[in-house]
Amino acid sequence: MNAALASGDRTGWHRVIDFSDYGQLIALVHNSIIAGAVLGVVGGLVSVFVMMRDLPFAVHGISELSFAGAAAALLAGVDVVIGSVAGSLVAATVIGALGVRARDRNSVIGVLMPFGLGLGVLFLALYNGRAANKFGLLTGQIVAVDSPQLSWLVGISVVVAVGLLLLWRPLIFASLDADVAAARGVPVRLLSPVFMVLLGLTVAMSVQIVGALLVLSIVCTPAAAAMRVTSSRALTVVLSVTFATVSMVGGILLAIGSALPISPYITTISFSCYVGARLLGRWRERGSRVAGRADRDRREARALQLEVHHP
Amino acid sequence: MSDGAVLRLRDAAIGFGARTLWSGLDLDVAAGEFIAVLGANGAGKTTLIKAILGLHRLASGHLEVCGSPPHRGSDLIGYIPQERRLAPPAPVRSRELVGLGIDGQRFGPGWPRRGWSGRDRFGRDRRRRVDAVLRAVGAQALADVPVHLLSGGEQQRVRIAQALATDPRLLLCDEPLLSLDLNHQRAVVELIDQRRHASGTAVLFVTHEINPVLPYVDRVLYLADGGFRVGTVEDVLTSTSLSALYGSRVEVIRTEGRILVAGMPEPSEATT
Repeated sequence: MNAALASGDRTGWHRVIDFSDYGQLIALVHNSIIAGAVLGVVGGLVSVFVMMRDLPFAVHGISELSFAGAAAALLAGVDVVIGSVAGSLVAATVIGALGVRARDRNSVIGVLMPFGLGLGVLFLALYNGRAANKFGLLTGQIVAVDSPQLSWLVGISVVVAVGLLLLWRPLIFASLDADVAAARGVPVRLLSPVFMVLLGLTVAMSVQIVGALLVLSIVCTPAAAAMRVTSSRALTVVLSVTFATVSMVGGILLAIGSALPISPYITTISFSCYVGARLLGRWRERGSRVAGRADRDRREARALQLEVHHP
Repeated sequence: MSDGAVLRLRDAAIGFGARTLWSGLDLDVAAGEFIAVLGANGAGKTTLIKAILGLHRLASGHLEVCGSPPHRGSDLIGYIPQERRLAPPAPVRSRELVGLGIDGQRFGPGWPRRGWSGRDRFGRDRRRRVDAVLRAVGAQALADVPVHLLSGGEQQRVRIAQALATDPRLLLCDEPLLSLDLNHQRAVVELIDQRRHASGTAVLFVTHEINPVLPYVDRVLYLADGGFRVGTVEDVLTSTSLSALYGSRVEVIRTEGRILVAGMPEPSEATT
């Protein structure tokens, strides 16, 4: 312990965690906390489908184009939200239209992503405003969310949440088994672009707070963690939403007192949820895996025996 | 159960764009009938299934399922696809897979409680139905097992339960035995056969290999080279009949209750 640390200088640990004047700070970022909670809920919901449809890479691709859109808006002096939503939707549409099969999709994303990032870097280089704005788009910031912005964010979140709830079963069915889903009347081809749009909107909102590079921490990690601990659909959704919300709100609460960007807090909490879930999942699986295999062999043997005696 | 045909095709033709796969097909499938659909790759077997499901339009002619034109997502039809390992990136339980067969095409998340309309669509009735079909295929023990932990045979069993969940009048099976070993092949065919005897469900069974279904088949639809033959195994699977269909010498050999077809010309194009 050196003297500088103990004396409350904004150096060392106090740069990372600092709870002085916390009450006043909370009042200042009141809107951001609400925004974080809303995003947590929507991000947790969306990430369940991102996992089911195997789309983490697409999320990353969309967020880079969303970043380009936001940077363009910054340069043009337009609202950043509009720019990032526009960038997201363009990316989501292109990926949805060109990449129906997984292999095509990955190459389309691989091509789009660096281009988006490059465009964003160009726009930022041309921009002469506050430097914090530039960095924030990539790595996140607690923007002092004002009321009109908050209503935008909540509005878009409601649209995404309602859309997801409506498409819930057809989306799961189509992700799981497209052939049978189509045979049962699910419009499989139509669902994919519609979901990409919902995903694009979510990504655009997340970029505002966690930054383009780290969107996956709330649009993929929460569900990935949840799926490690349970195979029940309902519980997966509840856990995923919980993990995402805790990461967002917890990250904001820890970050406001410090001089650092918000994203390391959010990503660390989110990652800890995942590590915890993996450990728990493994601890529960230990032993039960071998038992599971033996179980299957026994089931098989019994099933076949039944048939032998039943000509 | 003689209230008209479950499936009726009249002068039906199918193709993609300008290319016709087959035409002039008349077929009536009665309740409880087991029909094997045979033929080379690209002969239009799977396309026939798609047409019955309402996913592909006939080029010309008439198609009726239980007296009405085909439409997507009909509860009158159950569909069993090829055995393809389900390895979703997320765990899914057998029970959920079967449940999706009942109402997976509906909007909404399917709230697990009694609907306010009082019709109890998603509540206990649904659960009971899922349990009942799983029991019917001897898969009650698999209900809560995630599908990626099932063996190929077990997975097909659950798929049959899924197809039966709407209590269909017609079961469409598209190569359901592919990549199963002999024991599981027999188990799957027996389940399907039991169902048609118990409930009078008609079965259209697409396969490239007649022998596993030979003891159960009532009639055969053999598609090849733009033409077809319909009739009993004895009528259709003969050297003369198939040679005429293919327009070249085809040998049909019967030995110890098995049928071997030799000398089939290679299909010029494979689209299915």
